[in-house]
Amino acid sequence: MSDIDKATVAKIARLARIRIEDDKLEPLAGELNGIMGWIEQLNEVNTDDIAPMASVVNAKLRWREDVVNDGDKQDSVLKNAPRAEYGFFAVPKVIE
Amino acid sequence: MSNYVIQGATGDFEVVIGLEVHAQVTSNAKLFSGASTEFGAEPNAQVSLVDAAMPGMLPTINEECVRQAVRTGLAIGAEINKYSVFDRKNYFYADLPQGYQISQFKHPIVGEGTIVLDLEDGKTKHVGVERIHLEQDAGKSMHDQHPQYTYVDLNRSGVALMEIVSKPDMRSPEEAGAYLTKLRTIVRYIGACDGNMEQGSMRADVNVSVRRPGEGLGTRCEIKNVNSIRFVRQAIEVEARRQVDIIEDGGSIDQETRLFDPVKGETRSMRSKEEAHDYRYFPDPDLLPLEFDDAFIDAARESLPELPDAKKARFMTELGLNDYNASVLVAEGETADFYEAFLAAVVNKTGKKPAEVAAKAANWVLSDLFGALNKAGLTISESPVGAVAGAELLALIEDGTISGRIAKDVFEVMFSTGKSAETIVEEQGLKQVSDTGEIEKIIDAVIAANPNQLAQYRSGKDKLIGFFVGQVMKETGGKANPGLVNQLLKPKLDG
Amino acid sequence: MTDLTNLTIADARDLLKKGDITSRELTEAHVAAVDAADALNAYVAKTPELAMEMADKADAKIAAGEQKGMTGIPVGIKDLFATKGVHTQACSHILDGFKPEYESTVTQNLWDDGAVMLGKLNMDEFAMGSSNETSFYGPVKNPWRAKGSDKDYVPGGSSGGSVASVAGYCAMGATASDTGGSIRQPAAFTGTFGIKPTYGRCSRYGMVAFASSLDQAGTITRTVRDGAIMLESISGFDKKDSTSVDMPVPNFEAALTGDIRGMKIGIPQEYHLAGMPAEIEALWHQGIEWMKAAGAEVVDINLPHTKYALPTYYIVAPAEASSNLARYDGVRYGLREMVEGGNLVDMYEATRAAGFGDEVKRRIMIGTYVLSAGYYDAYYLKAQKVRQLISHDFNQAFEQVDAILTPTAPSAAFAFGEKSDDPIAMYLNDVFTVPASLAGIPGSSVAAGTDANGLPLGLQVLGRPWDEETVLKVSGVIEEAAGFTAKPEIWWR
Repeated sequence: MSDIDKATVAKIARLARIRIEDDKLEPLAGELNGIMGWIEQLNEVNTDDIAPMASVVNAKLRWREDVVNDGDKQDSVLKNAPRAEYGFFAVPKVIE
Repeated sequence: MSNYVIQGATGDFEVVIGLEVHAQVTSNAKLFSGASTEFGAEPNAQVSLVDAAMPGMLPTINEECVRQAVRTGLAIGAEINKYSVFDRKNYFYADLPQGYQISQFKHPIVGEGTIVLDLEDGKTKHVGVERIHLEQDAGKSMHDQHPQYTYVDLNRSGVALMEIVSKPDMRSPEEAGAYLTKLRTIVRYIGACDGNMEQGSMRADVNVSVRRPGEGLGTRCEIKNVNSIRFVRQAIEVEARRQVDIIEDGGSIDQETRLFDPVKGETRSMRSKEEAHDYRYFPDPDLLPLEFDDAFIDAARESLPELPDAKKARFMTELGLNDYNASVLVAEGETADFYEAFLAAVVNKTGKKPAEVAAKAANWVLSDLFGALNKAGLTISESPVGAVAGAELLALIEDGTISGRIAKDVFEVMFSTGKSAETIVEEQGLKQVSDTGEIEKIIDAVIAANPNQLAQYRSGKDKLIGFFVGQVMKETGGKANPGLVNQLLKPKLDG
Repeated sequence: MTDLTNLTIADARDLLKKGDITSRELTEAHVAAVDAADALNAYVAKTPELAMEMADKADAKIAAGEQKGMTGIPVGIKDLFATKGVHTQACSHILDGFKPEYESTVTQNLWDDGAVMLGKLNMDEFAMGSSNETSFYGPVKNPWRAKGSDKDYVPGGSSGGSVASVAGYCAMGATASDTGGSIRQPAAFTGTFGIKPTYGRCSRYGMVAFASSLDQAGTITRTVRDGAIMLESISGFDKKDSTSVDMPVPNFEAALTGDIRGMKIGIPQEYHLAGMPAEIEALWHQGIEWMKAAGAEVVDINLPHTKYALPTYYIVAPAEASSNLARYDGVRYGLREMVEGGNLVDMYEATRAAGFGDEVKRRIMIGTYVLSAGYYDAYYLKAQKVRQLISHDFNQAFEQVDAILTPTAPSAAFAFGEKSDDPIAMYLNDVFTVPASLAGIPGSSVAAGTDANGLPLGLQVLGRPWDEETVLKVSGVIEEAAGFTAKPEIWWR
């Protein structure tokens, strides 16, 4: 079932926003195929009528009250930024 | 209106429209963090470390956003899902700090509902709503501040949005406009969203396809982020025309995302379609499934005000208003509230039954008051004449103190000075003359002064009665009670 | 002279209470030991000044009669936990220079109890690894060496720095995290005690996420009692984490009664792996005998889906990781790689290419693939269904038994490079630890013996959700019965 080729690796890398040099695509395809092939033993398991696990915690989502008790910390938010100007994060220009 | 047709060279086409509306939920804090949602702060000042997606930060849900989504669902008669799930929608963008948007994909909080459109010809149309789900808004990128850099402000990042997805039930730009208008009315009525399209609290993605009548659905294009009702109509018109032209030229429509340019009046393909999106949705493991019980839904239902459709029906059946007036009065919650307060005050002052004065009250609000407000560029909440003050004026007409014509002058003074109707009538001596003896005296004088007209009248030109009424009113400075004048004049003219 | 670094937390606590030692003395000794142990590469950031400051505060607390279990105890913190103003990088290049403006709940709980921070501990990058070879800061060395050898062994992973610092006497305890075995496997490799509590017991707030539905904080200590003391300190409900559960935290130390008479201990037949070293089988058998000798009833049980736990894990964990690690994009913190004339996407791709190591990239790629259009049902959904079955296996088993006993890992510590070229061989290290992670149940690894080379081996104890007390109690009995007194020869000072 698993047939990850060079093009698939390139596509996944693009989705994951990781640059992978051309000469690394082929070996990586081999590696991923190996892992996916091993993973595919799951197909042996009959999971008809089995609900996927939604959460390990057997509880309902807790709700927070609608109060403002955070924010107002521009310095903290920007402190670790590689580039911040005039209170903004700055990134290479995006053309829409 | 449903027969909106695009005439092509090879025949007629119809347009099929579906809308995905993003409505900002009215709440103090964000969907998953305690930062403020207020508009217009310093950049990145309303950002928590959760909103900035610092490593190890986790989302916690704001109950008010859940409540508002449920109320919105109830307001459109939709099924409410007591179990829903938050999913991650994965994609990279500078103003999406987590690298994913927390949304609801497979299990939304609200299922199918209906919105009833009020169309111009007094007809209605039911448009299906597929679902409503809760999701986070993204931040804002500014591309024009620096030659090499885009600036990112995360103040909006994490603000709660409801995505309200319609079925492809609309067939004309007008219907799409009516849908948005009605949806906006509803969310504003219930206070779930302020409906402010200029500030981006409400925006629409418009799905448009065309087909020859009787054919299956065509390939659709999605026009992203249209931010006014007028633009939605325009965008549909030009997009439908574009698609028809392509099809008639033998081409086919690419399913794609487009942008509407209101200046050029065209839609264009978005550049970023260089790769198909693959959002890799999966349930957000930082959150548990969202669950609530019937009691929560019941409480949400009880908190709903009377909704526009119900209010309109009541205005028509109980108050006897006509369809048009009822529609206009309920279109904005504030107008409806004003009208109801005004009517109550009129009833209070005149002692009459609501149905007796409702139509007059409606006419006064819609023509006199709205006319003045429009001229002054004011909204109803800014009106210098309030409901009680207006009711006083109407009561003066009702009890015969002043005539309707005088009332218009009085209202003008009220509007500009803020004085009460009674004060103005008193100060300017505008009280209507209803003293029979006095009016009779004037009538006699008028008849005596116009023997020719009297002769003509008596020879059969009964329309000349208007002339005599006019003369009497003129003599009294408009203050004579017109009903009384008519009543007294006729026997005297007839001799 | 008594070396203060040899003390257990429990002993130090008593000496502090009596006033025989001060936290300052204890901390000074550990700061010196940390400096002397650079060869282990356990610490990636040292905080001696902060440590002395915290020690003095602890001494004041003790003097004021406000001593708690961890007051004045010097500990190391896995680099995964956010520590305000202090290096927090999950040992990844991509978090270069990151100093958070916040404190994780787990560490805050420790500081609230008066514990002392010695520094940040090395780990596999983003906790992805079983040998500590994926750290951007280089591998940690296991303090243990084979008898008569000076070859270096891996400490296990991902909490390699945590176990090495504790086994190497340069921390009395250490925080750790377990996603698929990252506490238990390295504990087994270093003769230490590691406990991963029930998912939801410790807050994940401020813990750099690897796989959110699996990540759970825990502790590494030299004894079971120390583990009970430290676990109690870091545990507790936190409303900032939606998956934290509002359960009272028991007095874990009080569970260490040594009395397991009448308790039923399950032995899962599926854990008898073909090709497993005989010494591991023998140790397991020994453990069973200890249980019987202590008056417990030993019962064979079945966990039929055990075999599928690893492949399930290698779908679920990478899927979550691929999304959790999307935030490392060079915009708000950490590394940024600019490309001459490049746009935003170029920056993302260059930053993430340079910032992530090979194993992290591999898992992001797998995770992206299994979630991508057309594959979600076949992989991710399938895995979550099998995960349900695995969890169900445990539920069934715990209707019959009170605890489960297994080996922690299928081998003792191995040499560097031995498995790093074969991802699957490396993944197989976690074969016994992963099922409990998938089910979210508590588990421990307790030192129970050594192999023929004198390298430590561990036994794993698993318990019902929220029943860490039984896990600790059974672990205590094993510790007592094993009388594990072997110590690594100190070669690194």
